[in-house]
Amino acid sequence: MYIYDSIDRTLVAERVAEFRDQVARRLSGELTEDEFKPLRLMNGVYLQLHAYMLRIANPYGTLSSEQLRRLAHVARHYDRGYGHFTTRQNIQFHWIKLEQLPDAMADLADAGMHGMQTSGNNVRNITTDQWAGVAPDEIEDPRIWAEIIRQHVTLHPEFSFMPRKFKICVGTASHDRAALRIHDLALRLHRNAAGEAGFEVMVGGGLGRTPYLAQTIRPFLKKRDLLSYVEAVLRTYNQFGRRDNIWKARIKILVHDLGAAAFAKDVEAEWQSIKDGPLALDAATVAEIASRFVYPDYEALEDGPPALAAARRADSRFDRWVNNAVANHKKPGYAIVTLSLKPEGGTPGDCTAVQMDAIADLADRYSFSEIRIGHEQNLALPHVAQRDLPAVWRALDALGLATPNIGLVSDIISCPGLDYCSLANARSIPIAQEITRRFHDLDRQRELGRLHINISGCINACGHHHVGHIGILGVEKNGEEFYQITLGGKADDNAELGTLIGPAVPYAKVADVVEDIADTYVALRTGPDELFIDTLARTGIEPFRERVYAAR
Amino acid sequence: MASPLERKIKITGPVVVTANRVADGAVIYRDADGGWTTRLDAAAVATNAASARALIAEANADDLRAVGPYIAPVELTASGGRRPGNLRELIRLSGPTIDLPVSFGI
Ligand code: HEM
Ligand code: SF4
Repeated sequence: MYIYDSIDRTLVAERVAEFRDQVARRLSGELTEDEFKPLRLMNGVYLQLHAYMLRIANPYGTLSSEQLRRLAHVARHYDRGYGHFTTRQNIQFHWIKLEQLPDAMADLADAGMHGMQTSGNNVRNITTDQWAGVAPDEIEDPRIWAEIIRQHVTLHPEFSFMPRKFKICVGTASHDRAALRIHDLALRLHRNAAGEAGFEVMVGGGLGRTPYLAQTIRPFLKKRDLLSYVEAVLRTYNQFGRRDNIWKARIKILVHDLGAAAFAKDVEAEWQSIKDGPLALDAATVAEIASRFVYPDYEALEDGPPALAAARRADSRFDRWVNNAVANHKKPGYAIVTLSLKPEGGTPGDCTAVQMDAIADLADRYSFSEIRIGHEQNLALPHVAQRDLPAVWRALDALGLATPNIGLVSDIISCPGLDYCSLANARSIPIAQEITRRFHDLDRQRELGRLHINISGCINACGHHHVGHIGILGVEKNGEEFYQITLGGKADDNAELGTLIGPAVPYAKVADVVEDIADTYVALRTGPDELFIDTLARTGIEPFRERVYAAR
Repeated sequence: MASPLERKIKITGPVVVTANRVADGAVIYRDADGGWTTRLDAAAVATNAASARALIAEANADDLRAVGPYIAPVELTASGGRRPGNLRELIRLSGPTIDLPVSFGI
């Protein structure tokens, strides 16, 4: 857990008071919408199709049980009893009333939560691996570095009005679980040949209308230089990024237009002038920030308690869930448990207040009061003793949070689409729901293996469709919903953008197309061990394209 | 003087003016008495550019009550009722096309 200091708390409380005043002035007519809009956006308040929407940042996807209970409270008292977890480790409430927003924000602020910098042309919520601090394959906790950056850039005057929003992601594990290369700036901690840990610096990733993967501008950066280098990247972008055209304003366009090498040269030149200044990190500063991340007082346990093995033998549903949703933990005798927010026929990422409260209780009892949010729109209990897995499973199963579909075809990433979003061309959620119904047989899902479907309702790509193994993008043709299908996208260590397979298909055909693609894979794979994405890499998209369009 | 937006108004069928209510964001429609209603059936319908222009001009001036007014198509039913003219407007009027997640209790 991260312990906020008094500066953060004061800042958040002041912001709520300020917003209360702004809302009152808007409601009394003293502020026009043109005046008020930038103020509400600064606090994460958007206007959607049916209502205002509040977006709350959850730094590093880490929540305490107290915070999750507070989110449940907000869902229950100010919204319609649920919230929506997003691909940026945030949560959104979709039905919130402006009149009640100041109270909701004050309740959130009590638990250290807020919506600042979830909108606007500043540095947004910094994301990391949702298994930070517990993954066996990490070098060190990425949140320490993310927090060092967050403290520097939060409300930093120079970085509050950049050409466009700026998304930073930090990873420190050998597997990328945070989709590093789709971020404006990605920092990956790794070891060089001498065994020293340092950051690979990647810039210019982003999806949306013009998708690019971030390119490496520096393979190895010493840890002490992290902040000065980030500053140099931000300054270079601030100076050269385009402000004349919103579609060309992201850093990805600048990096692409200049070329990564030329952009790197500008950054390095800027950096030379500041690298030995006040932004150089000394060990004491890093240690001070690290000390605010409090780790649980783990028991000395051993892996594989006999009771667990017995429970797995006794109940095949439990065994299947352990295989699917439970991952190894740094500490012996512990496990990371993923909670599926993707029940059959459900809305990906939605979680009810009742579920939130129950998860908070489970976290108190079994996970040292901690919960994580992953970019796949699922939650995790990060520190569960292996001996407690049967009890945790029974509780999750009763709450509808134990669908053993993590990483499978029904673990769909989806944006809210036209059911909520004022920018949408087409609906996303019912498409996701129909696909989960088609594949409701869990044995079939397991046979298909790892297969990621990502859906966005418009080209803004909030649902990461470009990096789905199967990507689905809603478009509009003559007032009808159509969907473009891409294949071969990936957001892992070998990130790639998907390839469009052909003309868009109508709403009613999307699930059929996905089934055709799945069947084609099964027919083509060399064996059950060849994953969808590997078969596709071997055969190319042609056989899939043929199958999809031959039928129609 | 008309703003560039207002001058551009061209309509191909019956329209209403819709917006979101300031206090809670609810979907509202301009009515014939210079107020707002949440019922599409009670909305003022314009069938030519001049009346549409008048409706939107009034709506724009009512910044205290309505956010982001715009002109939206409607269909008139045989019985004199109105139907939203496209899917987006249908969803704005009737809510999401999916069930809200109530299955685990609200
Ligand atoms: C419903 C209200 C939302 C609005 C108005 C909205 C708006 C936008 C816009 C305009 C962009 C494009 C920005 C650009 O390319 O410069 C964008 C990107 C993005 N949004 Fe949303 N979004 C919404 C909801 C969500 C949700 C629910 C998620 C997560 C499921 C999400 C995650 C993202 C992500 C990850 C991107 C990044 C694409 C990139 O980096 O280029 N957004 N959003
Ligand atoms: S991708 Fe488009 S439709 Fe989906 S949430 Fe983002 S802006 Fe809305």
